[in-house]
Amino acid sequence: MNVLGQQLVNGLFIGGMYSLFAVGYTLVFGVLDILNLAHAAVFTMGGLAALWLVQSAGLSIWAAFPLATLLAGVLGLLVNQVAFVPLRRRPDTYFSGLISSIAMAIIFEALAMQIFGAHNVRFPAGTVPVVIWRLGGITITLLQVEILATVVLLMVTLTQLLKRARIGKAIRAVAENQRAARLLGINVDGVIAFTFFLSSALGGAAGILFGLYFDSLSPDMGRPIELKGLAVIVLGGMGSVPGAILGGLAFGLSEVLTVAISGTSNLRDAVAFTMLFAIMLLRPSGILGKGRTREA
Amino acid sequence: MKKLASLLGVLALSLLLSAVAAFGLAPAAQAKEAKIGFAFSMTGGAAAYGATQKNGAQLALDEINAKAGADGIKLVALFDDDASTPQQGINVFNKFINADKVSVIMGPTLSNTAQVADRIAQQAGVPVLAISNTAQGITEIGDFIFRDSLTEAVVIPNTINTVKAKLGIKKVALLYGNDDAFTKAGYEAFKNALNQAGIQIMSEQTFAKGDRDFSPQLTQIKGMNPDAIVCSALVEEASGIVAQARQLGIAASVPIIGGNGFNSPALIKNAGQAAEGVIVGAAWNAASPLPLNKKFVEDYTKRYGVAPDQFAAQAHAGVYILNEAIKKAGDPNNRKAIRDAMTQVKDLDTVLGPFFFTPGRDAGSQPVVQVVKNGKFAVLGN
Repeated sequence: MNVLGQQLVNGLFIGGMYSLFAVGYTLVFGVLDILNLAHAAVFTMGGLAALWLVQSAGLSIWAAFPLATLLAGVLGLLVNQVAFVPLRRRPDTYFSGLISSIAMAIIFEALAMQIFGAHNVRFPAGTVPVVIWRLGGITITLLQVEILATVVLLMVTLTQLLKRARIGKAIRAVAENQRAARLLGINVDGVIAFTFFLSSALGGAAGILFGLYFDSLSPDMGRPIELKGLAVIVLGGMGSVPGAILGGLAFGLSEVLTVAISGTSNLRDAVAFTMLFAIMLLRPSGILGKGRTREA
Repeated sequence: MKKLASLLGVLALSLLLSAVAAFGLAPAAQAKEAKIGFAFSMTGGAAAYGATQKNGAQLALDEINAKAGADGIKLVALFDDDASTPQQGINVFNKFINADKVSVIMGPTLSNTAQVADRIAQQAGVPVLAISNTAQGITEIGDFIFRDSLTEAVVIPNTINTVKAKLGIKKVALLYGNDDAFTKAGYEAFKNALNQAGIQIMSEQTFAKGDRDFSPQLTQIKGMNPDAIVCSALVEEASGIVAQARQLGIAASVPIIGGNGFNSPALIKNAGQAAEGVIVGAAWNAASPLPLNKKFVEDYTKRYGVAPDQFAAQAHAGVYILNEAIKKAGDPNNRKAIRDAMTQVKDLDTVLGPFFFTPGRDAGSQPVVQVVKNGKFAVLGN
């Protein structure tokens, strides 16, 4: 029982990070109907930027976290401005935007390689105080609680923002129908830029938490999570924020339980993607996808 | 008549010139050079080992070249990066053999790379001295392949027997990477040694290269309450495993016993406090009182600002072994003669202790068992 409980906790944390990553991914898709494939690179840059701020600039993680998150958001603006805006007024933006975002991802990764080298880097010891609790045989660290709290806080803020704030309503309006939103006087380009900022900031935050949790960062750390993020948003329903949260948790739990039951990590991805395949067959629009209607 | 005289003059001049040329060449030919190709992992998963290997080799090269007088053979070092991958290892070996025309190659860092790259050297008849390959079947590739690193088959049974005698462990859980020649070979050696020592294996769990999350496997292991965790992994994964095991609350009284991959100060640096009590079998005794070893530790620490590890020691010893073989062969360009001289190396004073090759061209030195204590490797026993 303790073992199972611990595995559920393990899966929850991994899943929480997947959710945070995927929410940013799905947000841009919900608004633009376009995948931003530079999202995983922004995730990496967020983590590495936080490391740089802690290690070289000597900041505490409490200052480095919001700064690096902000920086990731600015990178999102850059991705929008360089990879998407110039193409938006041309026909067939769909695939050209996809390709140019891959180019941005490669540029970011190469940049990270130049600055940090190809090897794994780590946060200095004691970046986050190590506190460990044991509750009836289940171990939870302070870091895990902080990560969970951050994830929940960011998710709740995002949901409330989309639901109640003026900008959130504008995002939803643009997601629903760009032309109608423009006619109603909404600054569509501004809203899209803000969506990129929000999406990338969340992706960067996920990168920082990932780096802290596993205490290991490298320029290519975004690659495995890119594919998983894609699977998570397909699983949850493209463009659906609650779907991405649910999908991330489901994906994390399936991974951990697969390893726990089989005793090997080789089957981890196979089971997760088979699950994705099955859901695609049974519910082509994903768990919370609603066919053609979108929700941002 | 005049024509004949001038012809004779030209002839005499050319004779004189050739004589001068011959005399001029003679001293140059005496300062012989032996080109050695060093294929180490400077990037990729094994970069932590490659860096200290290069340091150890460089130190030895400078010591030897400083002593090489007018009649000595100067060692010319060519360093290249095998990027921790077999593909790049093959490229580097081909370049060393065909373009640089080296006399002998040292490396590559990983057994996985050696499995394929060494075959190229064997075919071309270039002697290879492996200094960190510990998997089975490396020297079996051919008679040009040697190593000064002890195989897992020698180190691991010694580790298990020592730990059993000192700590009295009865049941263990095994955790290993199953997609890498080195970690898999380590696993097999551990399994054999555990079976022979009569220690029960409660469970076998695996992970893949590049994994960062080991908590599912460690949680299962924790639930079984083993006396120890036996683990075959490279240092990046090993660091994650050690740190996450302690974080999950696996008590410090349950030691983690590692193979050669754990044998790096990088593990202690990465895992910090969690690395305390980690037990590692080793081919080099850092605390050995041999004068050559003491000097090596001192000089290395002074030059690089950190203490040497086993990989630096094996590289250092490797350069001395090659130097001895090249000197014995007499001709630095005769690859075959160097190979034959390698087999004759005996009682050579190295930082690994008195060194010789076994008939199978493996190292004939003695293993030790180390334990991490106060952030340093200390001797548990041998």
